Amino acid sequence: MDVRKFKSLTRRELLKLTPVIALGAFAIPRLQMPLLKAGLGFSDWASARLFRSGHLAPTFADSDVAPFDKFPINDYDVDDPQVDFDRWTLTVSGAVRKPGDYTLAQIQALPKFTQNTRHVCIEGWDVIGNFSGVRLADFLKAIGADPTAKFVTVACADDYYESIDMATARHPQSLLCYEMYGRPLTREHGAPLRLSIPTKIGYKQAKYLTDLKVTNVLEKIGYWEDQGYSEFYGL
Amino acid sequence: MATRALTIEDAKTGEVTLAVCEHPFIVRLCHWANAVALFVMVGSGLQIFRAFPSFGAKIPQKNLVDWPKSLAIGGWLGGALQWHLTFMWIYIATGLVYLAYQVFSGNYKQVLFVPRDVPGVWPMVRHYFFLGPKPLVREAYNPLQKHAYTSAIVLGALSVLTGLAIWKPVQFSWLAWMMGGFHWARLWHFLIMWAMLAFVFGHLVMVVLHGWDNFVSMLTGWKKDPEHPAE
Repeated sequence: MDVRKFKSLTRRELLKLTPVIALGAFAIPRLQMPLLKAGLGFSDWASARLFRSGHLAPTFADSDVAPFDKFPINDYDVDDPQVDFDRWTLTVSGAVRKPGDYTLAQIQALPKFTQNTRHVCIEGWDVIGNFSGVRLADFLKAIGADPTAKFVTVACADDYYESIDMATARHPQSLLCYEMYGRPLTREHGAPLRLSIPTKIGYKQAKYLTDLKVTNVLEKIGYWEDQGYSEFYGL
Repeated sequence: MATRALTIEDAKTGEVTLAVCEHPFIVRLCHWANAVALFVMVGSGLQIFRAFPSFGAKIPQKNLVDWPKSLAIGGWLGGALQWHLTFMWIYIATGLVYLAYQVFSGNYKQVLFVPRDVPGVWPMVRHYFFLGPKPLVREAYNPLQKHAYTSAIVLGALSVLTGLAIWKPVQFSWLAWMMGGFHWARLWHFLIMWAMLAFVFGHLVMVVLHGWDNFVSMLTGWKKDPEHPAE
């Protein structure tokens, strides 16, 4: 083969690599956010596909549970949003047959479940804790929630808010938690009621609940999600 | 796999040189896309690590290292996770396409480290550290190269599996269990990154030592006047 022909052959081979340059789109400021949003969205889609309603999160022996004072307290704002326990109710609305204000006693009348599960924080730490409460699935049934609705959203006393997909909300280990380590929730752990969902990342497990809504439409996803965190983040 | 070879004639000088295609197109494409993905995965991974730079308990938290923000990608934890959870798909896809190509084309035979390569590793190490003569190499890749490239593929697979165990410790609880639980999987993921970076360092040193023509062959596939002519 002639030298010039060889040169054009190698040039053609080099040009075939141009698809790699397409990755440079991630360096263009105007395209970067939409591309990363699409990538994260694809990961969330895959997460939802990977979620199995019948698959339980690992549970642990009492000897594996971290001491109560070693269970971290993470807030976006304040440890204690000054909830008035005497007047506290959970306000239920949305696609439910029995909306209204539910007292803690009404919630606690449902069957109680206790589990030792791993709490995983997006920061990277994890801790095994002891949680008790009622199944979110049981509560949804009690309030006559539309089982075909897509989301359960919660609002909190500290202005935090979250949304949980219905499949995860109905998972048998998803709790409306009112006790940790056999004692009523302390204020910094979300008294009087928090979510404990061992199939979700920590920031999904909102504390100091005040409102619960069953809905098909999300105006906001969640406090952190609306700043760029994963919307689904199932473990 | 038979390497494609050509003889090149220069009409002016009448010089004749041999050229071989050392790197098939799919291998080159996957190599460069994966290199970009690995760069982003390491950079964003280190930003994620900055959120909790420890492998101990949260209380009390003992930081392993204060990793500089300038050597990380994403700006904050959420941003880094967007990069990490986007480029992991490119990292996995390029790895799978590469592996599928190598297996189905038979190209893996020239680079897969197999038991008969074991005796050749140590003489090659001695040579690289100026302690011995250059062993005779009859193949495109010497035993030490095969060891390095095969290890890199194994590390790549392990980085994905340990990552999966961290990302989905419930759905893949068996995977996390095999690694000693979520906590350990996170440490393995971190250590495998450093092993991969050690490979990248050695790889880049060899690229520099072997000169321009060798580097260009990873872009065009073709190398003139190769050290190891086609089989």
